Amino acid sequence: MTSQYDVNAIREDFPILRQRVHDLPLVYLDNAATTQKPQEVIDSIVRYYTETNANIHRGVHLLSEKATREHEDARKIVRRFLNARSTQEIIFVRGCTEAINLVADSWGADNIGPGDEILVTNMEHHSNIVPWQLLCQRLGAVLKVIPIDENGDLLMDEYVKLLGPRTKIVSVVHLSNALGTINPVHEITRLAHEAGAKVLIDGAQSVPHIAVDVQEIDCDFFAFSGHKIYGPTGIGVLYGKKELLEAMRPYQAGGDMIASVTFEETTYNALPYKFEAGTPHIAGAIALGAAIEYVERIGIAAIAAHEHDLIEYGAARLLETPGVRLIGTSANKASILSFVLEGVHPHDVGTVLDQQGVAIRTGHHCVQPVMKRFGIPATSRASLACYNTRSEIDALVDGLKKVVEIFT
Amino acid sequence: MARRLLGEVNDMSELRELYQEVILDHNKKPRNFRVMETANHHADGHNPLCGDNVTIYLSIEDGKIADISFQGSGCAISKASASVMTTVLKGKSVADAEDLFNQFHELVTADSSEELDADHLGKLAVFSGVREFPARVKCASLAWHTVHAALAESEKPVTTE
Repeated sequence: MTSQYDVNAIREDFPILRQRVHDLPLVYLDNAATTQKPQEVIDSIVRYYTETNANIHRGVHLLSEKATREHEDARKIVRRFLNARSTQEIIFVRGCTEAINLVADSWGADNIGPGDEILVTNMEHHSNIVPWQLLCQRLGAVLKVIPIDENGDLLMDEYVKLLGPRTKIVSVVHLSNALGTINPVHEITRLAHEAGAKVLIDGAQSVPHIAVDVQEIDCDFFAFSGHKIYGPTGIGVLYGKKELLEAMRPYQAGGDMIASVTFEETTYNALPYKFEAGTPHIAGAIALGAAIEYVERIGIAAIAAHEHDLIEYGAARLLETPGVRLIGTSANKASILSFVLEGVHPHDVGTVLDQQGVAIRTGHHCVQPVMKRFGIPATSRASLACYNTRSEIDALVDGLKKVVEIFT
Repeated sequence: MARRLLGEVNDMSELRELYQEVILDHNKKPRNFRVMETANHHADGHNPLCGDNVTIYLSIEDGKIADISFQGSGCAISKASASVMTTVLKGKSVADAEDLFNQFHELVTADSSEELDADHLGKLAVFSGVREFPARVKCASLAWHTVHAALAESEKPVTTE
């Protein structure tokens, strides 16, 4: 017996969806920017501060032990979610951006030298470009870019050509926030490892929409942000293979990441705490755990199927509007509907849609190189989550009709 | 015609205020939209948030703006603002242009509850609707910031950040 996906019941879980904007129902299609939160995630934060709040790891009083246990339980939830071997491989950070910076700084410092090569793709988010640019500038390394085709697919032949003996790390987005392309990360990782290079996967947009198994992918690092998977802002995860993390120098220094401190010598804490300096976002980690459990209860496969139906429906309906061109038409994509409307700047599309209660994002989406590649200044982007419906897609398309009326 | 269509839409009065016919017209048929070979001042402006960009060309003679033109690409608000600006500034003294720059800035950033003294603004008053759309203020003011820089002969490209 298959259980039906009850999107209305799911929508009931998200209190903000009852909001009205400009006195109209909210049609929230900006999930790639951030997702809304189910009541149980909101409750977990309130409950933590009401019943459990204490600093973790070193207290001997009850609240401290309780808070520590809940924080570390959240780490176990993340480990299971990603299928990492050990909780020692799960590091809590502020978000995906911090995770990538951590690897660039801490792993990069001891593993990158002059003339070494770092590979990224043409569809990367700035957070997976700029840290590597800074590293290359600092250490005299070279950044190379794997090109993409008109559909937004990675040119794997070109990737193979770019891989060489000097390639030290390949850093690749799993699911593109502007194009929706799902990259073949298993294949990318296998080829990188054959060339002796490490692999970092930016999973910010993939974990909410497709199943992720870091052992199966065999990537060396994997990063994601909590707020894109129905969790709070200010929390994210870096997964790293234990032997790599153990060899890496600390990222930020301070309390908790140390074992002992004297002015003569300081020794560092074991994993994962070596990379968690200072008091963490305890409530954030706990709420992230609650968000992941929420997703697992619905089932990532069920969410993926629901969103897949919506994206096919959405793509077809969008193309009914004359002058619409979809950007990102990979055969293997999810959750993202980016488009341009002839003769109307995305900014104007977004403003008119907003007045009709429809929230999309317009601009370069922190992927200016993608915009350049397609010869456009910006796109309008609708992005899906587990609570979106076909009638919301209809509202988007109706809204576009108004845009066309005003501007042509 | 655009205004009537806007009226059919659910409570679109604010949108109507933003996208007035004058603005839509200037967006579709921007005035003074050309490169000026004989310009003696120019500046580039860029709105990094959304990709609006504009280049303003000026021909200044005896402290007066003898000719002004622009090039660029961007949203309807930024293009219309640049277009209206060029029609308003042509023939004005540099001092008057600076004065209008300040007035325009006040117009689009003023508290929406404040009374609007549109009389001395003339054509520029059509942009009063922008104040209801804070996210679009930078679109409207990009051309003005750029002309301000061109007059000051600033070397750095202008941004609205």
